[in-house]
Amino acid sequence: MRGRRSDAGPTRREALVVAAAWLVGLGARRAPQQPDTLAGGGPAGRLWDPARAGQPLAPVTARDNDAAIQAIEKQIRCTCGCNLDVYTCRTTDFTCTTSPAMHRRVLALAAAGKSGPEIVEAFVRENGVAVLMAPPKRGFNLAGYFVPSLAILVAGAVLALVLRRWTRASAAAAAAPAADAAAGPAATPEELERLRRELDRLSV
Amino acid sequence: MTVLGTLALWLAFLVGVWGALAGFLGGLKNRPDLAASARHAVFAMCGALLVAVAALEWALFHHDFNVEYVAAYTSRNLPVFYTWSALYAGQKGSLLFWAAVLTIFGSLALVLTPRRHRVFFPYVAAVVSLVASFFVSVMLFAANPFARLPYTPLDGSGLNPQLQNPGMVFHPPMLYLGYISITIPYAFAMAALLSKRLDADWLVAIRKWTLLSWLFLSIGICLGMWWAYVELGWGGYWAWDPVENASLLPWLTMTAFLHSVMIQEKRGMLKKWNLALIIGSWLLSIFGTFITRSGVISSVHSFTQSNVGYFFLFFLVAAATASFALYAARLPLLGAEATLESMVSREASFLFNNLLLVGIAFSVLWGTLFPILSELVQGTKVTVGPPFFNQVNIPLGLALLALTGVGPLIAWRRASLPNLRRQFAVPAAAGGFTFLVLAVAGMRDFYALMAIGLGAFVLATVVQEFARGTRARHRQYGEPYALALGRLLARNRRRYGGYIVHTGIVILFIAFAGMAFKTETEVTLRPGESASIRSPYGWTYTLTHLGISQYDALNRQVTAATLEVRRNGRRLGILTTEKRQHVDALGRPTFQPSTEVGIRSDLREDLYVVLGGVVNGTEQAVFRFTINPLVWWVWYGGMVLALGGLIVMWPGGGPPAVKRTQAGYAVRLVGDAR
Repeated sequence: MRGRRSDAGPTRREALVVAAAWLVGLGARRAPQQPDTLAGGGPAGRLWDPARAGQPLAPVTARDNDAAIQAIEKQIRCTCGCNLDVYTCRTTDFTCTTSPAMHRRVLALAAAGKSGPEIVEAFVRENGVAVLMAPPKRGFNLAGYFVPSLAILVAGAVLALVLRRWTRASAAAAAAPAADAAAGPAATPEELERLRRELDRLSV
Repeated sequence: MTVLGTLALWLAFLVGVWGALAGFLGGLKNRPDLAASARHAVFAMCGALLVAVAALEWALFHHDFNVEYVAAYTSRNLPVFYTWSALYAGQKGSLLFWAAVLTIFGSLALVLTPRRHRVFFPYVAAVVSLVASFFVSVMLFAANPFARLPYTPLDGSGLNPQLQNPGMVFHPPMLYLGYISITIPYAFAMAALLSKRLDADWLVAIRKWTLLSWLFLSIGICLGMWWAYVELGWGGYWAWDPVENASLLPWLTMTAFLHSVMIQEKRGMLKKWNLALIIGSWLLSIFGTFITRSGVISSVHSFTQSNVGYFFLFFLVAAATASFALYAARLPLLGAEATLESMVSREASFLFNNLLLVGIAFSVLWGTLFPILSELVQGTKVTVGPPFFNQVNIPLGLALLALTGVGPLIAWRRASLPNLRRQFAVPAAAGGFTFLVLAVAGMRDFYALMAIGLGAFVLATVVQEFARGTRARHRQYGEPYALALGRLLARNRRRYGGYIVHTGIVILFIAFAGMAFKTETEVTLRPGESASIRSPYGWTYTLTHLGISQYDALNRQVTAATLEVRRNGRRLGILTTEKRQHVDALGRPTFQPSTEVGIRSDLREDLYVVLGGVVNGTEQAVFRFTINPLVWWVWYGGMVLALGGLIVMWPGGGPPAVKRTQAGYAVRLVGDAR
């Protein structure tokens, strides 16, 4: 068994050749890489395998960070199917090619002198109302915005009425035995309040 | 093993159908033999499903890529940790997980529930068997995890990189456990309706289960937020995604139930409402499972793409119809044993708290389903994203936060004016003072101001309650303050654990308010270049790009960018953000490159750095820098919430007299009362 392993394994010379070839290959692959340039800028070194770092990106411009542009892009949904707005998608999913294209379109429209609402409207014309991150407040969409609050208000009003009816019924029911018990020793309001306070404390 | 798995599924299905029939018949006909058989059917089903789980795990760990599920969600170089979690990474596996855990919970419920509740057991066994059989039938007829491919790939597709995160190992099971465990209270509710024993007995039996469901859901939701924050790279933790909304819905209704059930226990009121909440919570848990599996939310038309969607829709409609028909039939037996004495009482405040919780649940459901509704009514698809949900839900959430503080301050039955004055003085002053200080200090975001001001109010109510309780014990028993505080908590875990939960909620709301001050910027840096970003607290962070390194790790090729971080010129350390290209065992890319965020966290804010990519294949890189204030408090708030929940559900916690008082009329039957 030992002899077979010795036959099957590489000799020292073969191992050295392989190691040398590997080093040469590594050197050849690394040759294009430039040394890093620190402090002061200058050309940055090339990555060993740029494909591993995702899609190549263009340098960020001042317009990319423009708050007005970002505000517009946060109203528009990326159409890649991610359910994110254009700004969030282009600054999060760096594999998406749709949001950068939509961003360029926003920049182009802004450069053409369009205002924020006009840019948004242009996207709606091209892609339909679903391109907006929230439905516009008109027509049936108003139901979307106001039905929950209205429902809660109506339910709250109904609840208040029901509670009032219950409390009145309870008071009426309590009044009858109270009249019967009038002959017995009655507690003063101060005593009742003190009793209530003590009960509160004990329920702790 | 896959043959064994399929056989186990069939066995579980047949036993489950028998268990359902035997349970219902055994309960209705009062046949102990059938009741016992139904109980045993749940145990047998549990055993069969555990065999199926073991068979699937065996296939996963042995890289049996001829099994479609194994090939779709694992690869040879996937770490063991994630190979295990692949069990619930896909739809088919998660259905198996659902069914298996349900039968485990069902078995535990039947074993651990005290014998005095045995009248419910046949129905509980029947409901558990029926629900589990449904899940098994979906697997057998539409989504078999043991289905085989006509060929055997050399390696699997691997797990989605975003799922290769510790948060994803724990978050889905926690949520599933929350969803699944709601079935037990639902089963007891159905048992109470079927057996006509509609006093508080069934509530006593399910108390721990409702808390357990709520706790699992809470932890699952918090873990999901953490995973989204550290893994998805968009700089937030909640996006009002339909899947997130689906988890929030039952949590809201369960929270409502945990409050309103106290009224039933103490006063014998709200029986109808509590039953409706339990049924509704369970239906919402199934609804959540349905909408996350059918694709129905993306578009009405995508519904047809999934057979599983039809199964769930049918089950949901059938279960809702059957449950509410039975509920309606029993309404005459659900009369209250007491009436409300005053509008200014804790009962009334709990009712308004319930109104808001259920109202928010409705609002979230409405927003989630509105795209479908719009498509049906207008023929136009609309997107309902975070701007919509924030606009509708933030005011409701703030109102709920206010009620969180108001509820504990009002006495049961009736609160007098002096009592209210005494209770509200300190908390209202604390809230108002905080609001004013922040407004004067220059905080201009109204919602953030309200959240922090109301948070201070609620926190003051909690401190006041603890202080008064401790002082009362100190006076009454002469205990030192520390001991009195400890015993106060230990003797009434439900009440004071609840206050700790309230504290967790306050911390969460304040942390959410921090996101109003989020700042972000995108920059391109060459090695050695720096960029600055200003924090809402006024200091300046300077980040210097040190360079990019590339190396191979276990199942991925990593491109890591390193940055030096300084705050106001003082060096804080190094931050690394990565691009990861995952590969299979043969070195082939399996997914698009994913991003690993670099986060520097402290109590005040998070510095969140994302490597966008590189320019022209060089080390010149595009980064996004974000400052997220108070994010750490979201996780801390979640932990406090979970701690409070654990304290509430910890066994013991009070002298027997308290328990007797709480159970009160539990032993009185409806028939006896009439």
